[in-house]
Amino acid sequence: MTTKRPLDPALLRGLTMPRISRRDALRGAGLLGASAFLAACGVEGSNEGGGEAPQASGFWASQKKAGQLDFANWPLYMDQEKQKGKTVYPSLQQFTKETGIKVNYKEVIQENDAFLGKINPSLKAGQPTGWDLIVITNGGSIEKLIRQNFLIELDHSKLPNFQKYAGAAYKNPTFDPGNKYTIAWQAGLTGLAYNPKLTKRPITSFEDLFDPAFKGKITMFGDDTDFPTLTMIALGIDPAKSTEEDWKRTAEKMKELRPQIREFIDNAGEAEVLQSGNAWISMAYSGDIFILNNSGAPDIKFVVPKEGAVLWQDNMAIPKGAKHPLDAITYMDYVYRPEVATMLTEYIAYITPVPSVKDQLQAEAAKAKGEDKDYLDSLIDSPLVFPTEADLSNTKRYRVLSVEEEQVWDRIFQPIVQS
Amino acid sequence: MSARAGGGRGLAPYLIGLPGGLWLAVFFVIPILVMLSLSLQSGNAEEGFRFTWAWSNYADAWEFYSTQFIRSIVYALIVTGLCLALAYPMAYWIAFYGGARKSTYLFLILLPFFVSFVIRTASWKFILNDQGLVLGPLKDAGLLPDDFHLLATSTAVIGGLTYNYLPFMVLPLYVALERIDPSLVEAAHDLFASRASAFRRVVFPLSLPGVFAGVLITFVPVASDFVNSGILGGTQTTMIGNVIQTVYLNSNDYPLASAMSFLLMAALLVGIFTYARALGTEQVMEVSQR
Repeated sequence: MTTKRPLDPALLRGLTMPRISRRDALRGAGLLGASAFLAACGVEGSNEGGGEAPQASGFWASQKKAGQLDFANWPLYMDQEKQKGKTVYPSLQQFTKETGIKVNYKEVIQENDAFLGKINPSLKAGQPTGWDLIVITNGGSIEKLIRQNFLIELDHSKLPNFQKYAGAAYKNPTFDPGNKYTIAWQAGLTGLAYNPKLTKRPITSFEDLFDPAFKGKITMFGDDTDFPTLTMIALGIDPAKSTEEDWKRTAEKMKELRPQIREFIDNAGEAEVLQSGNAWISMAYSGDIFILNNSGAPDIKFVVPKEGAVLWQDNMAIPKGAKHPLDAITYMDYVYRPEVATMLTEYIAYITPVPSVKDQLQAEAAKAKGEDKDYLDSLIDSPLVFPTEADLSNTKRYRVLSVEEEQVWDRIFQPIVQS
Repeated sequence: MSARAGGGRGLAPYLIGLPGGLWLAVFFVIPILVMLSLSLQSGNAEEGFRFTWAWSNYADAWEFYSTQFIRSIVYALIVTGLCLALAYPMAYWIAFYGGARKSTYLFLILLPFFVSFVIRTASWKFILNDQGLVLGPLKDAGLLPDDFHLLATSTAVIGGLTYNYLPFMVLPLYVALERIDPSLVEAAHDLFASRASAFRRVVFPLSLPGVFAGVLITFVPVASDFVNSGILGGTQTTMIGNVIQTVYLNSNDYPLASAMSFLLMAALLVGIFTYARALGTEQVMEVSQR
């Protein structure tokens, strides 16, 4: 500050003395005219954006290979290994080798809503999002993209491996009839994970979370979908068929549990809090815990609470405005090759949409020895990776929300996870 | 001031003010008006928002998030108090005893700003982990119970905020203290004032403009901070800044988020004007007009 006085007395007087003159009062009247301006700043909905025009019939015919793929995915969702101290992705390396397409792979999706919130303005304005391929969960998020016509229609003549190898459950899903816009990446379960050394007893049900011994040692996902959905299941409500009354009842239950909860975490944050011991019990995704078990924390256990768990599916899609759509669809088909799908499953340990992966793993396990064999056997036997019909019968799906319902949902549940 | 004669010279002050005025109009007034409009709209992100004088957004904002509003103000008050208590002795010492090294000390205070504050705050998370550098050994030694934790508590958030905003308090205090003529203090001693009363009756009143500025530029950003609570906080420490961010970016509920921003702005403005009146008119003005 160069003035001798840091605060000019005249300024202070202006700040502190009420001085409404007649002129000011008249100026105030001018503000009334501004209300016309206020009314003029309505915000256009995304439905009115560039997405309205149907996709040109010659869209795919005119696409050329660009040799580049910008791929947005979730953390720990791709086979990886260390080569000379650098993290590399073998299945992506192989893809680049075979096709010449370089993959710019970024683990930028930590929450569906947060990621969509970031790319929505671009999609709405009809501009490129910077991504050619994104992985988004069903149960609200992918439906939103489809509903708003933000995705490029797939050309199934370019997806022969999907036709041949995808499991029946992954073809023609209810949220995307005919796989017009999406094909599955992986599926998985949302349940609970805990450290038995710290909890000193097995956790089997949602009700266990209310044990006073666990106060301040529980973490839950901080988005406003997962926690409500799991709580609904605990209350015996089928989330997919739930009503507004059910939501309010669920909110009460969540508020009851809240004093027990230490922190609301990112959707990929449970590995960190469980490993550091900051959380004894956490809401968790099945595959993340499987990886954690094989990377330094063998004790952490994943459970499907006896009340049930959430079954979800992550989907690959090409957002409108993608610069390299042909490269993206080439990759989408590549991951449906059984040997590539096997590479992925070996590392990420979620439920694969390619059933023949199990045969591949069995063949590999027959040849492997020692630790490798043990690991492959544990994958093959894991109900989290290859769930039986009985396991799946204890799982529920997310509620699909209409635009209006979503606002009601958000206003009920957001205040709880933002406490 | 000489009388303004002639039309050309009469326009000069306006012309000088023009660039700043335009800047404010474009980057401050228009966004504020758009936000005000948004806060009164209803609809949803897909079908668009329409202006409907939806005052219910304000009622909803308060109904859903009053806890977080109040918490933010309480945190900001505590943090400002802590910063003042910590910063005043620092600034005092640098101003009166810093000697030739004054600028070195000031640089040291500013040094943390050379590292992103997100990184600095996240480092605290590593230091304060339940089984981390600090708490781990203390727990092993049996000095703390096993379930003790600092992270995810108000203490951690208030500590992080105080740590991050301390320099904002030190600098204005330093500026105010540095310009006090030491001979005034000597004169007080000559008039048989004890050290304590010289401080109370000479130094402190003269430093009030610095206190006023320091409190303002600490309190306002702290009340709307969302980084510290996001990184160090838990379920009972969410501040209004976190809520606004989530409602805006994740729920895309622009009207509700805008209404919350306006409520926060209104609360801060009312607080600041009250504060400026209380401190401004009585003490600061008196001293600076002397």
